[in-house]
Parts: sequence; structure tokens; C-alpha cells
Amino acid sequence: MDMLRTEEAVAQAVAGAKGPLVIRGGGTRTVGRPVLGEVLDVSGLSGVTLYEPGALTLVAQAGTPVAEIEAALAAENQRLAFEPYDLTGVLGTAGASTIGGVIATNASGPRRIMAGAARDFALGVRFVDGTGQVIKNGGRVMKNVTGYDLVKLMSGSWGTLGVLTEVSLKVLPSVEAETTLVIDGLDAAQAVQAMSRALGSPFEVSGAAWVGGQVWLRLEGFEGSVAYRASQLKTLLAAFGDIAETQADWRTVRDAVPLHGADAVWRISVKPSDGPAVIEALPEGADTLMDWGGGLVWAGLSGGDIAATHARVQAAVAGMGGHATLIKGPEPVRAAVPVFQPEAPGVAALTASLRHRFDPNGILNPGLMAA
Amino acid sequence: MEMPLPDSDVLARKARVVERLRNVLPVDAVIDDPAETRAYECDALTAYRCPPMVAVLPATTAEVSDVLRICHEEGVPVVPRGSGTSLAGGALPTADCVILGVARMNDVIETDYDNRFIRVQTGRTNLSVTGAVEADGFFYAPDPSSQLACAIAGNIAMNSGGAHCLKYGVTTNNLLGVTMVQMDGTVVEIGGAHLDSGGLDLLGVICGSEGQLGVVTEATLRILHKPEGARPVLMGFDSVEVAGACVADIIKAGVLPVAIEFMDKMLIEVCEDFAKADYPKCGALLIVEVEGSDAEIDAQLALITDIAKRHNPVALRESASADESARIWAGRKAAFSAIGRISDYMCLDGTIPVSELPYVLRRIGEMSEKYGLPVGNVFHAGDGNMHPLICYDANKPGDLELCEEFGAEVLKLCVEVGGCLTGEHGVGIEKRDLMTHQYAPADLEAQMAVKDVFDAKWLLNPAKVFPLAVSEPRRGAALAAE
Repeated sequence: MDMLRTEEAVAQAVAGAKGPLVIRGGGTRTVGRPVLGEVLDVSGLSGVTLYEPGALTLVAQAGTPVAEIEAALAAENQRLAFEPYDLTGVLGTAGASTIGGVIATNASGPRRIMAGAARDFALGVRFVDGTGQVIKNGGRVMKNVTGYDLVKLMSGSWGTLGVLTEVSLKVLPSVEAETTLVIDGLDAAQAVQAMSRALGSPFEVSGAAWVGGQVWLRLEGFEGSVAYRASQLKTLLAAFGDIAETQADWRTVRDAVPLHGADAVWRISVKPSDGPAVIEALPEGADTLMDWGGGLVWAGLSGGDIAATHARVQAAVAGMGGHATLIKGPEPVRAAVPVFQPEAPGVAALTASLRHRFDPNGILNPGLMAA
Repeated sequence: MEMPLPDSDVLARKARVVERLRNVLPVDAVIDDPAETRAYECDALTAYRCPPMVAVLPATTAEVSDVLRICHEEGVPVVPRGSGTSLAGGALPTADCVILGVARMNDVIETDYDNRFIRVQTGRTNLSVTGAVEADGFFYAPDPSSQLACAIAGNIAMNSGGAHCLKYGVTTNNLLGVTMVQMDGTVVEIGGAHLDSGGLDLLGVICGSEGQLGVVTEATLRILHKPEGARPVLMGFDSVEVAGACVADIIKAGVLPVAIEFMDKMLIEVCEDFAKADYPKCGALLIVEVEGSDAEIDAQLALITDIAKRHNPVALRESASADESARIWAGRKAAFSAIGRISDYMCLDGTIPVSELPYVLRRIGEMSEKYGLPVGNVFHAGDGNMHPLICYDANKPGDLELCEEFGAEVLKLCVEVGGCLTGEHGVGIEKRDLMTHQYAPADLEAQMAVKDVFDAKWLLNPAKVFPLAVSEPRRGAALAAE
């Protein structure tokens, strides 16, 4: 298929499709059940179309590289506060992550616990549904309850409801200072206790992770405020051990760097106190790290029975409430198992029915999220 | 506002519907005496009234499920109601409907500080959610003006905001999970105490769906530890243009105040008369509030007042005490009461890009002269969520219609400059017929497709959100299928 450069061209391509389409932006997220079909490459829909720093809003075509948006924001001392993660390291993919891919997969990093998720920063979308119809929802203002919030529905739908062509985002100011408190030598359970104590304080922790046996707690803001909150937290958490202060690279957590190279990688969302139990459900030899104060577990495994591990992890998570996604795994495994957490029957019925309404011919990434 | 004619077939079956409802609910939970159903005839959009056929007050999810199943089988429309504080007519009944009030469902089910959530029945009021956790230092962030009365059920239905959402977000950003009953009585659990959805984000589309997709009976809400302190600064400026420029500069400077509230000349005077908040007499006033420890607040306010000084403020008053903070807020919080004391009014809540503020305010001023109706402006300036209060005389024939025409013109202007019809109150019946100005037919069709999925017979709050002519084929088909 030729490079598509306009929304109209995308609409025509979808309307004229003879079979399943594999929607691709930067091609960095080879996640989900493998989809066989013609590639619909939307990376040609690129560019920031509107940026108003004083209104904290930015509008970009869906194929715009995230790096380009982040550079534009940095020039105005602003940023994407939800800290989108990059899967190229985990998946071993090349290419440049696009903003459409970020929103379509609701990709949020460590700051999600304080600032919100990608879906919380998406103000508006334009997309092409499975019949080739162009639809818009939301807008470019920060508060909007006009009609149903299809922006949320599109965020995290992995291209199964529509092909995003444009997204409007809320952006936030960058910060003057940042520091990370480090507590060494805590096991997963102790780590969650320490992180819960920090996150339940008034000191606005913008990242709380457990990586390599260390708890990392990030503070951001004006310099004096960061110093003050750091000292308060050190007092509050003194019982958990010595606390060092450092300038940590949070991309380690955001992009699950310790798991790069693993054969299989899971991303698991549970309530923070269940994080340690998730880790216990994994086989020996699995590498893990926790983000979101324990509420997000990244797990990696090399060798071993990936399908069996996957089944055990999803069963454990189903019992506690949450969801586990096999982000990386051999294609035959991803073709055979539910990559995304199976939904309860009532919810699955709603989901299937929504997919059918937005994509009646089942051509948009069909089966990627559920068979 | 036109409402669909009641279905005479449904009205004829009232006795049977009431009997069936009595079989599944306590005797005092089914209200069909016209003298009593009158209590449910309107919400806070009081210009429109219509007593429902029946009102029910279930106390559990199971009872809600029974009610909805029966109404589904009988083809009776259901209008869910929280506390009836909607300014958009979201809980306005039709004569053939069952009003489902959640007022008896107000328990706290679970409080979990380690995981920072609270689970409540949705009839609980917004303020009493915070009330349940504040002794332990926590709070629930969304704070609509009606928070003393409004129910979480209504907050979820309308995706309510509040003055402090610049920092903490609106309902959808603080909602983790729901128990929802679908129109056919099916109970679904969506979300939970964990973050984000592993599948499609159904929670995201349920929040703000104005009670059209299901009745939410329980909700898991994110709670936060209270800040150490908060302090406002009051600033007066010669004109709305200057105040608007100051807002943009504050935001660009990298400070994120917890609230930036804006009042124009008329509102300043009306509020001052009413609340004696000691406001300066000037063209526009800003209340900017920041949070943190004393030292953190000092530092942020120093930055903010430096910016303000560059805009030649006619008044600049940093609160020096809790008492003074309360007084600064008193005028703003009393704005609706203050104007209600001198006139009937209609409150709009269109949102605009912040950069369009001066232009939109000027145009509203021109419209005010054209229609001969006074208008005051108070709004959440940080996020462009306007609240023009248009004054009219309910006893003067034609004045309400004139006011509505004025309001519609303002909202169309909001859309024209890149904004939207409603930032936090919802569409309800009030903005229903303006939806075609913001959305093309295909956009509305996509939204209605979602309702088809959740409520195929279009029985839940059916005459809201979408223009009647647009939803008519669906509502009509549902009736014809009876």
C-alpha cells in the first residue's frame, strides 16, 4: 500500500480494504495476537498542527513521532506528563514510536500515579472507523463533557475500533528540579510498604518503583520544594533503612530496561499491595520490577514454559483483580494464548459488541486484543 | 425544551408496573402517589418540570437490578437520579418514566489507605466521601460547587469537575472502578482498585454518559493525602483582557496552581454585596490558590505575584490567615447564590481555549446588549471552563426563551473558537439540540452506537444528550418493537 499522507487517504484505504488491516505507526509495538493482513501504514500522517503553550494544548497528526512532540514541548519548557514508555528495548523493534500508537495503547509511565495516564491527557481524537467513516470526538480544551467520551474508548483500543488520524493533548510545564530517594535492600513486600507510606503522604511523589532491590521515589518541582519534601520523606521513611539521594534515570523503570533481552515480558496492573503476590506467582528465575508503588509489575522470563507461566499469571491476577498482558512472547505462543487479560463474560459481551459496531467487517487489527 | 410525548401504552400499564415493582422493593421504596412523585419533577434546571409516573428508591445493587429488569420487560423508560442537582436537566423525568433515585445507597463499603482508594455506594454525596476519610488526612479531589448535596452517581454520570480540577482532574481521572447495572438487569464489574483497563476502556465511556448506559451503584474512587496547606491570592485588574493575559503568563511560567478562578465586574459587585468578601472594585478579579508547606506556598505565591505585578494589578492581596482565605473564597463560592438573590438566571458552562478568553468575553458583552439581558462571568480560568450567568425574569413572558436564545448563541461561539458546549455540567436536555453544532452526523452516530450496545431499547434516560430528531428513529424503533 502506498504511503498514506492524509486522513482522507486513510478513510479511502479502509473503505476499500478487501481483508484485515494491520495498523502501523512507527512499528515499535508488535504486541498482541499476531494479525495477518495488509499493513496500513499511517506514519505519513505526521506533524504538529497546533501548539498553544499558554493553553497547555497540542494537536498532532497521529503518525507524528513522540520524539518530535517532546522536542517541540521541551522548547517551551513543557512535557507529556504521563511519561509514555518506549517498547523498542523490550521488543527489540526499530523505528520511532508515534503519538497515535501511544494513545491507541494508553502507554503511560511512572508518573501515571500522580499525573494520570495517556488517556487522561487525550483531549480529542479524530479516527477512521472500520467502514471508512471519519469520526471526531472531544476537542482541544481541557474540560469537555459534551456527549460520550469516545476519546477514552479509543485510548487503549489498540486500533481495534478505529484508525487514529489526529490527537489533541493536554501538556504540562516541565519542572525546575528533580531528585530520587533510594532505599536499598528491601524485598517486594517491604518495598510496597515503603512506597505506600510515601504515596500516602502529602509530599507529591511522582514516581515510586522497586528496581534491583532498591526503592526509588521521585520528587519533582521547584528546587526549594523538592529539597523540603525530600527531607520530610527521609524522616517519614527512616524505619525502612538508609536513604540516599541521586539523579536517577527513570527511563530504566519506564522502559523496563532490566527486562530487555528476555524471551517473554509481562506488564501487570493490580492494586499496589497485590504486587508482591504477583511476583510470587512467577517461576523462579523471572526478572521483575515494580512501578506505580507496586501497582504495576513488569516481569521477564527467558526459557521455561511461557504459555504455562502466562496462564498462571493471568489466573493469579484474575483472582486479585487487575490485568496481565503478555507484551512480548514468541509468535506461536501469542497466537495460542489470550495475550490480554480475559474479561468477565458480561464485560466481554459489551466489548465484542462495541468492536462489531465500530468495525462491522472485523478488519481493524482483528483478534489483536481478543480472539 | 421539547420532551417526547409520554407513551400512552406505558401510562395505561402503570398499575401493573407499580405492582411488579412493589413485589421486589420495600413498601416505602415505590412512590406512585402524584402528590409525592411531584418531589421528583425537576432537578436544578428548575425551568423544566414533569412529575414521573413512578419513583423508586432501591437500597442495593440487587434491587436496582430487579427494577431495571422489570422496566426492561415492561418497556418503561428509566431516568436515574443522584441528588437532583443537575444544571442541565440530566434527571428531568418524562411523564411515562420510572425515576430511579439512589439516595438510599450511601454506605462506605471499603476504605484502603495503603492502596489509596475508597469504595462507596453511589448515592453518597461528594462531600461525605471526603468526610469519611478526612480524619485520617485524606480527601476525594473532584469538588463540584454542589458538593454538599450532589451524589457520586451524578458526578459519574456527568463527569463532574470543580474548582480544583486544574491540578487534580475531574471525575473520570479519579474513578477507578464501578459496579453497574445494565438496563436488562445484568450487573457488570468494570475496573477495580488497580489502574487502567486491560481491555477496552469501558469505564472511560461510562463516566460522563449521563445515565444513558447503565445505573452505577458502587464506585471505587481514588483518594489522596491532603496537602499540608493551601493559600489563595486575590488580584484585581482593570480589564478582562489584562486578567486573561496574566492567567496565560502564570501557566507558561511553570506554576500549576490548584485553582485559578476569574470573576468579571458584574459578578465582583454582586458577590461583594452579598458576601462582603472585601473585593476590590475593578474590571476583573482572579483568585489563584496554591498548595504545599508554608515555605512552598510562599515561594509559589512570590512567583505568581511577580507575574501579576507585570500586568499592573489594581489590587493584590495575599491571604495572611485562614480567616482571610475563607473570606477570599466566600465571594466566589457564593456567586450563584448572590446572583440568584437578584435575578433568575441560567448558568452555561461552555469551555474555550484560554487564548480566546478576551475575545469571547467581549462578544458575550455585545450579545448582552443585543438581547437586553445582563450577564455576569465567573469561571475556572486555568482550563477555559466559562460560566456565563445570564439573568432573566421568569415571570416575564418570553424572557426565558430570549435567555435560551442568548445562551445558545454563546455556546455556538464557544464551539466556533475551538471549544465545546459543556465543560462540566453535561448536555442533558439543556444543550441537547445544540449538539449538531459541535458534532457532525457521523460523530453523533458513533456515540449513539455506544448506547445501542449498552441499552438496545433506548430506555435509559432516552430523551437526553442527543437532539430529539436525531435519536427519534432509535427511540421510535424501540417503541415499535414493543
